[in-house]
Amino acid sequence: MNAPAIPMTFKCRAHDAVHDAQLRRNFRGAMDFLMAKRAAQFPDGDELERLRSFGNAVRARALSKLPELLERLETNLTRNGVKVHWAETVDEANAIVHDIVRAHEARQVIKGKSMVSEEMEMNHYLEGHGVDCLESDMGEFIVQLGNEKPSHIIMPAIHLNAGQVASLFHDKLEVDYTEDVDRLIQIGRETLRRKFYEADIGVSGVNFAVAETGSLLLVENEGNGRMSTTVPPVHIAVTGIEKVVENLRDVVPLLSLLTRSATGQPITTYVNVISGPRKAEELDGPQEVHLVLLDNGRSQAFADSELRQTLNCIRCGACMNHCPVYTRIGGHAYGTVYPGPIGKIITPHMLGLEATKDLPSASSLCGACGEVCPVKIPIPAILRRLREENVRAPDDEPRHMRGQGSKYSRAEGLAWKGWRLLNTSPRLYRLFNLAATRLSALTPPKLGPWTEHHSAPKAAPRSLHELAREHLGED
Amino acid sequence: MSNGTSNTASNATRLAPPLAAARTYPEQKPSDVYLFGTCVLDLFFPDAGMDAIRLLEREGIRVHFPQGQSCCGQPAYTSGYTDDAREVARAQLALFARDWPVVVPSGSCAGMFRHHYPELFAGEPDTLKQVDALSARTYELAEFLLEVCKIRLEDRGAPVKVALHTSCSARREMGTHVHGRALLAQLEQVERVDHDHESECCGFGGTFSVRMPDIAGAMVRDKTAALKGSGAAEVVSADCGCLLNINGAFEKQYERLRGEHLASFLLRRSGGKADGGQS
Repeated sequence: MNAPAIPMTFKCRAHDAVHDAQLRRNFRGAMDFLMAKRAAQFPDGDELERLRSFGNAVRARALSKLPELLERLETNLTRNGVKVHWAETVDEANAIVHDIVRAHEARQVIKGKSMVSEEMEMNHYLEGHGVDCLESDMGEFIVQLGNEKPSHIIMPAIHLNAGQVASLFHDKLEVDYTEDVDRLIQIGRETLRRKFYEADIGVSGVNFAVAETGSLLLVENEGNGRMSTTVPPVHIAVTGIEKVVENLRDVVPLLSLLTRSATGQPITTYVNVISGPRKAEELDGPQEVHLVLLDNGRSQAFADSELRQTLNCIRCGACMNHCPVYTRIGGHAYGTVYPGPIGKIITPHMLGLEATKDLPSASSLCGACGEVCPVKIPIPAILRRLREENVRAPDDEPRHMRGQGSKYSRAEGLAWKGWRLLNTSPRLYRLFNLAATRLSALTPPKLGPWTEHHSAPKAAPRSLHELAREHLGED
Repeated sequence: MSNGTSNTASNATRLAPPLAAARTYPEQKPSDVYLFGTCVLDLFFPDAGMDAIRLLEREGIRVHFPQGQSCCGQPAYTSGYTDDAREVARAQLALFARDWPVVVPSGSCAGMFRHHYPELFAGEPDTLKQVDALSARTYELAEFLLEVCKIRLEDRGAPVKVALHTSCSARREMGTHVHGRALLAQLEQVERVDHDHESECCGFGGTFSVRMPDIAGAMVRDKTAALKGSGAAEVVSADCGCLLNINGAFEKQYERLRGEHLASFLLRRSGGKADGGQS
């Protein structure tokens, strides 16, 4: 896979984003709305904590026996008539999809919302092979129409306001300009409705793959997911290998956490349980169902007990909704499929640390993400761990991650060694303090990036060490 | 004022339950405590450290300030230089050897002692025992004053509106945002006012503010605007990292408002120094 150049310019993109007043307003407003919706779903803090612990336990248990569960999933799906495919890379996954497309001589694909298909850049890939791939989720449809990428994993077009969507529809769909949101949605639905019947293949993601029953759960609000998975004669589901849970009953707490954390809904309008293609006596449903299970770096995270917790994620997006950094820069600035806190910890496994080295640093470690994560992923701790992997010597053993040492710098390492010496040698520290306090007036007015937004800090005339020594004596 | 357990509205103040199980506190006030002054406070807010000492002394407690102390190790730890952080942490360990409580006038350094030292020394079973004991007797100042000293503050100041900024570590690691509020609530003439997006980070984050100046700058601009917009005449915080960030930004913006450490504010409002003098 090509190493994307985008994360290299993370700081440039962030710079542009924080100075885009419209973008800042759109995100702040949308995130405030989503935070309030979520909060209203969890009025009882104790209940929330119990449910989060439950969700965490369910996910941890599934991951603790991931290889076994994946095999059971395959066995039971196969028994149900679903064809299971394994892909280690996105290229392999696309090749699998392409093979199915070719076998059916398909010209048109309609796709429900799927972040794994974004990982694969499936639209782009299929277009390159002469196949139309249309997004049927309203947000994804808008984003595709504008030649953009999703800026949020749940609400892909959240960076746009109604006026911007109105202009886009007016330009691209040649309809009368209207900012009436209901009318805009109606225009979108009318356009899509025709396409469902024309499509040869429907593609979807998966929220939970149940090993016990061999079923694929899919939650959605628009009905496009059900249409995409039942109307076309062939359905291809794509998902990451971590989405498996052991039992159907495991879905109950996860589903409750997912919809309440994501959109503040007690339950989504549609909960689809897909357990195979149309049976002989059935009147509708696809004749063929495929599942593509994608690794794309997940095994690397799986191999390390701390990093493995990254795979607990049920993709609710609450971490980004509550993230002060995401709120300031929006989803596109990250330059990755998954933005926000979860993006910072999952993407390094997909693209390597080299291509994502700035992402772990782009956090104040404020902990808001970890606090709201419905499956208790310790995101701040994992960000810190990734920083450690970033600055380790590239050849240091044992190796846990591709791109280890991407921010390794001898000079910075030496600076920290100096800091360590200072803070482990009381005499040196005392001397430093004396110099810093007595020479405070010499503080330069400009101190690198700090003084872009702050005045230069001036040390007090006497340190606490001195004042305390005077007051309490040597201790 | 919101007393809910979660974020009921973006503008309301959020009181999330602490992530860890509720802490139990000793029944008796100790005769002696250690003060860990923190490196930022040492150089930039030494008066706040002295005010913390005076508050504790006024409660009848002997305060010990080991002169060998330096930094808790957090800057290196959060930058990924774990080995350097561990050695700096190790240098502090020996200084707080007696079983007296360690009081820290900063939620983030207290959180380092309490939650991250055990992580740092997880691979050294012998040291870990010492570390666990230290972490168990480490308290953030506001928490200690309220829960262990059971302090009763008598307000001697004029009516004033105050905004309280709680650091992310104090809020989410130490759960001590409730203590800062409770202490302010004891002051009769002090009205604590909420500020917009109160539970949101001020953008300091240690090295984050210099590594990502655009994003951190946007965050501190929003925080200072919210504090200014709250109608508060004074800003109080119990973390000097946040104060360095917020005050530096206020100064850069030519604003007159400055944040004051909670210890200084409490002492000033409740009659000044232990010897009765006004601080």
